[in-house]
Parts: sequence; C-alpha cells; structure tokens
Amino acid sequence: METERIDAAPAPEDRADLDPAERGDSPIEAAALTGITVTPGLRPLAAPEHREAVARERRAEARPARREPRPPASGSGLGDRLFDTVTAAFAGLILVILAGLLLILVLQAREAIQHFGLGFLTGQTWDVNTNLFGAAPAIEGTLYTSLLALLLATPVGLMVSMFLTEMAPRSIRASLGFVVELLAAVPSIVYGLWALIVLVPLVRDYIQPPLLDHFGATPFFSGYPLGLGVFTAALILSIMILPTVASISRDVMLAVPNSQRDAMLALGATRWETTWKAVIPYARSGIVGAVVLALGRAVGETMAVQMVIGNTYAANWSVFNTGTTLPATIVTQFPEATTPLHEASLIELALILMVVTLILNAVARLLVWRMTTKAVA
Amino acid sequence: MLKGYLARKWTNLIGNGLALLCVIAAIIPLGAMLFYVLQQGGSSLDLNFFTQLPKPEGETGGGMAGDILGTLLLIGLASCIGLPIGILGGIYLARSSNLGFSRMVRFVTDVIAGTPSIVAGVVAYALVVIPTGTFSAKAGAVALGILMFPTVTRATEETIKLVPPSIREAALALGVPEWKAMVRVILPAATNGIVTAIMLGIARVAGETAPLYLTVLGSSTFPNTLNGPIGALPVEIWHYAQSPYPDLHRQAWAGAFVLFSIIVILNLAARVLTFRLSNRVSAG
Repeated sequence: METERIDAAPAPEDRADLDPAERGDSPIEAAALTGITVTPGLRPLAAPEHREAVARERRAEARPARREPRPPASGSGLGDRLFDTVTAAFAGLILVILAGLLLILVLQAREAIQHFGLGFLTGQTWDVNTNLFGAAPAIEGTLYTSLLALLLATPVGLMVSMFLTEMAPRSIRASLGFVVELLAAVPSIVYGLWALIVLVPLVRDYIQPPLLDHFGATPFFSGYPLGLGVFTAALILSIMILPTVASISRDVMLAVPNSQRDAMLALGATRWETTWKAVIPYARSGIVGAVVLALGRAVGETMAVQMVIGNTYAANWSVFNTGTTLPATIVTQFPEATTPLHEASLIELALILMVVTLILNAVARLLVWRMTTKAVA
Repeated sequence: MLKGYLARKWTNLIGNGLALLCVIAAIIPLGAMLFYVLQQGGSSLDLNFFTQLPKPEGETGGGMAGDILGTLLLIGLASCIGLPIGILGGIYLARSSNLGFSRMVRFVTDVIAGTPSIVAGVVAYALVVIPTGTFSAKAGAVALGILMFPTVTRATEETIKLVPPSIREAALALGVPEWKAMVRVILPAATNGIVTAIMLGIARVAGETAPLYLTVLGSSTFPNTLNGPIGALPVEIWHYAQSPYPDLHRQAWAGAFVLFSIIVILNLAARVLTFRLSNRVSAG
C-alpha cells in the first residue's frame, strides 16, 4: 500500500542506478573505491555508540545543504498571509480529525463504558437477549489470529526483502519491488473472496485432515475439518501482510549505507554474512517497525477475516475452531444492532481497536522514521 | 581454517537458497490469487455486468451497473472531502518552516493512515447515520474521505519537495509573492505528482468494503439519492461471495476483476507519472 511508504527522501530506486562498484557488488573494486570509508564503516559494527556518532555527524553535514534552498516561507503581503493561514488551517485540521475520531468513539460508546466499566475488557459473554456484553473473546481472537499471521509472514517477508535488496539481479529488483507494493494495495475483499472460495476448501480437504490425524490430540489442533476457522484466517492474514512486511523492510534495508556492506565484503565476508552481520543489525529498528506496522494491519483487517473465521463469539486455543475478531464482530453485527447498549458496545469494540492500532502505528512509525532519517542524512 | 571456509561457503549457498525458496513460497499464494481473479473474473465479465441491475436471488444473469455507479459516486464525493485536506495539508508540510508542528502533523497523518478502515466506518456512522437516521451516500463519503486524505497528503508533500528550489527562487526574484509562486509556478511544475497523489488516494479507497457496509449498506437499484442507501461494488462482491449460487460467485469474481483492474491501473499510472516527474526534475 502506497500509504505505508516511509519517509525516505530519495526514491529507493535511485540506488539501483548507482555504479555497481559503488553498490559494493564487487568487493575488490568496492574496497578500492571506498578505501577511506572502510575503517569508519567497520567500527560501528562493534560499537553502536560510534555508529550513532557517525550518523549524527553525517546529519549535521547534510543539514545546511538541505535547509538552505528552502528558507522559511514568510510572506509579508496579504495574499501570502492568507495562503499561509489556509494551508496551516488544513494541516491543523488533520490533528483535529485524529482527536475527533477518538472523541466521537468515546462519546458514542459512553453508554457501554458506563454500564460495564473495565469489566467490558474481560467479559466473556456477548448476549443480545440479556444485554450482557464482554469483549474478551474478540480481543483474544484478534491477538491470536494476528500473532499467528505474523509468525508465518515475518520470516518469509524478511527473506523476500533480503532477496530484493541484497541478492536479486539489479535488472529485476525494481520491477519485483513494484509488484510487491502493488500486492499490498490489493483490496482485502479480493483476498477475502479468494480465501472463501479457494483457500477454505483447500484447507478443509488437504491441510486439516492430516494435521488432525497426527496432532488431533493436542489442544492446538483439535476439532473438525471445517475449512473455516482461526487457522484459515491466520493463513489469509499472513498472505495479506506479507507484502507490507516485505516492502517496508525492503525500503529500510535499502536505506542502509553501502559503506556497511563494503566494509564487510572487503573483509572477505560472503553475501549471507554481509546481510546478517552488517545489513540486518543496522536496519534492526526499521525492520521491527515494519513488523509492528504489519501487526497493525493484521489487527484491523476486517473483510477477509470475517469471511473465513466462522464468526462464533468464543475464544479457543484450537486453531481449527471457528472464532471471531474485533473488526469481524463489528462488521457482522453492526447494521443489525437492536438495542442502544448493543450498538454502544460495538462502538466500544471499535474504540479498543482504534487505541490498539494507534499505539502500534505510533511505535512503528517512530522506529521506521529513526532508521530512515538516520540513513538519509 | 579450510573447514571454516567450506562451512561458510555452504552457509552462504544454503542461506541464499532459503531466501529464494521464501520468494517462491510468497509468490505461490499471491500468484494463485492473481490467477483466480484474472481467470475467473476475466471469463465472467460480459456487457451485462456493466449495464444490468442485479437479478432477484436464484435467477441467473444481471450485473452490477448500479454498484459500479455507486462506487464512482462515492469516490467522487469522498474526493470532495479527502482531496482538499490532502493537497492543502501536503502543501503546508512541504513548505512549512515550523518544524515541530509539521513533524507532528506528519506523524498524525501516518498514524491515521494506519487506522483500520472499519473504525472510519464506525465514526462516519456515528457522525452522519445516527443524526440523519438513515444509511446514506453522504456517510460513505465521510468514511472514505477520512481514509483517503493521509495518502494524498504525504504524496503531495513528497512531490512538491521534488520541485527544484531554483524554480521557486526564480519566481521570487521576479518580485512575485510567495503564494503566487506556489500557485502559478511550483504547483504547475508538480502537476504530475499531484495527479499521482490523487490517483493513489482513490486507489486506496476504491476497494474499501467494511466502512461502506456500515454507512451506505448496499442497494440493488441505481443510486438516485445522497440521503439513502446506495450500492457499492465491494459490498456487492461481499454479498455475492457469501451466497450459495454459483452464478453469483461468478459475478463476484467479475467484480473483483474490475476492482483489481482499477487499482492496478491507478497504481501503474501513478508510477509512470512519478517516474517522468523525477526524470524531468533531475534533467532540469
């Protein structure tokens, strides 16, 4: 998804156009060309604080050059003042929108908040007839499916981004990267349709029976081969967040300075060692950010999960059981909400979802930002 | 020493092989999905799909004309909300000298971009559907507008920053006021980029389903009012996918194909435009 693109000023593709020697593909040439940077590039591996210092130094060098052509926009005429005010007002509106989102949810959910208090978070029942609502099964279901999806998608996504930045031939890097970004933009209803019509029968007929035969006695794999359920939901979620993990960690890994790679290669390290001991440690915080961002997507994913999870309001350890998540519960019940308390409870579910994703996104953004601004400078 | 060398060599080989394997493992499900959408959807598309209204359940034939029009209408309305905020906010971010404030706006924009779409749906429901007492296109537009603007803001900011400062300085040196330099010189130079931003924003919301189900609900007629439920392509796909009739599944695939094509075309066009812009900038 294009909105997930990070704040790196130069397009990552620019790097693909660099001279091969500069990219550090040929260790000998690279070492010859970057002879001076080998030493400072080496030390950071051992001393992180030194790395910080180098980055700070580079930032300081880059700053005047970046600022100079853009002096403060301080118009003196009436037109300028008006223009400044209008654009600033719209920028301020963005802050107001965030506050408004939270405020509206809190206001609309207040009946449920007052009625159930904190018990809403731990309540196990969701009964429209007795007007008793508790969010625990939905929260647990959301966490369970999202974490399972993350467990599946992270290693694969990381390997894909590693392949895209470190190993693939340069000619296919840019186009493969674009395909990955495009896949992140495919709407969830399309994933959901495919999951419901293709993946569910596949899981029911070919994946669940052997797993039930061998591990049916364990609490994680008990149940019946329905096709629908937590397992299928986690599977489609992992397929959906894979492009997110891959494309953001790709951007982050592209932002790692080539001096890091050059230094490692100049020591005679293999590609694999360079990637694991120079690139990934340097990009660590950004990669964690990418994973957290993907978790945020998984937590908020609605349609694809709703279509395959089965929508029974109960928490369960077995991945073959049907379950529910926060967004799935909201979208399944919302237009049919009968009592005001039911509606308020559903809105409180949305509030919980909003707060959780807000925290996840804030953390992820800070991590990714720190990483990319460091490298850009 | 030699043994160490061999072990490292093999680790490298196995590691690289593993990475390639992961790429293949990632391509298989995603490729399978693309294949199904293109094959099933492509073969199910016909003229009726674009010109007919849905038939009553159980009958074959019919199309999603009303839903396609509904989606276009919703995108248009959402643009009225999302684009002004997005573009003007982006202009502010690109030229602001107030670093603290603009950093905060940027951060909040990114955070809103990550908000689940269903939350936007619930908010639009509370904001429009509850007071007016009816599901409506207006409510859907509010939800989509909230989802659309962060993409547009960030893309606009990036694109204005790409315009060489020398152009702006040349304008200012001629005695043109700052705002006029922006409107007459910088924005025209960034037209491609702004069109890109708009297309990415539309691509972002075109396939949204959950927020629309909560706000416009869906309908099987042509959209004829802003104050009542209307149809939308993604919502109809969702309904059809869950029905037991193969003919409706066929139409759901066709709908997915249309949706997918819209998004791919918008993204590809955006890509081409950005490429041209950055080429021109670097050449200039």
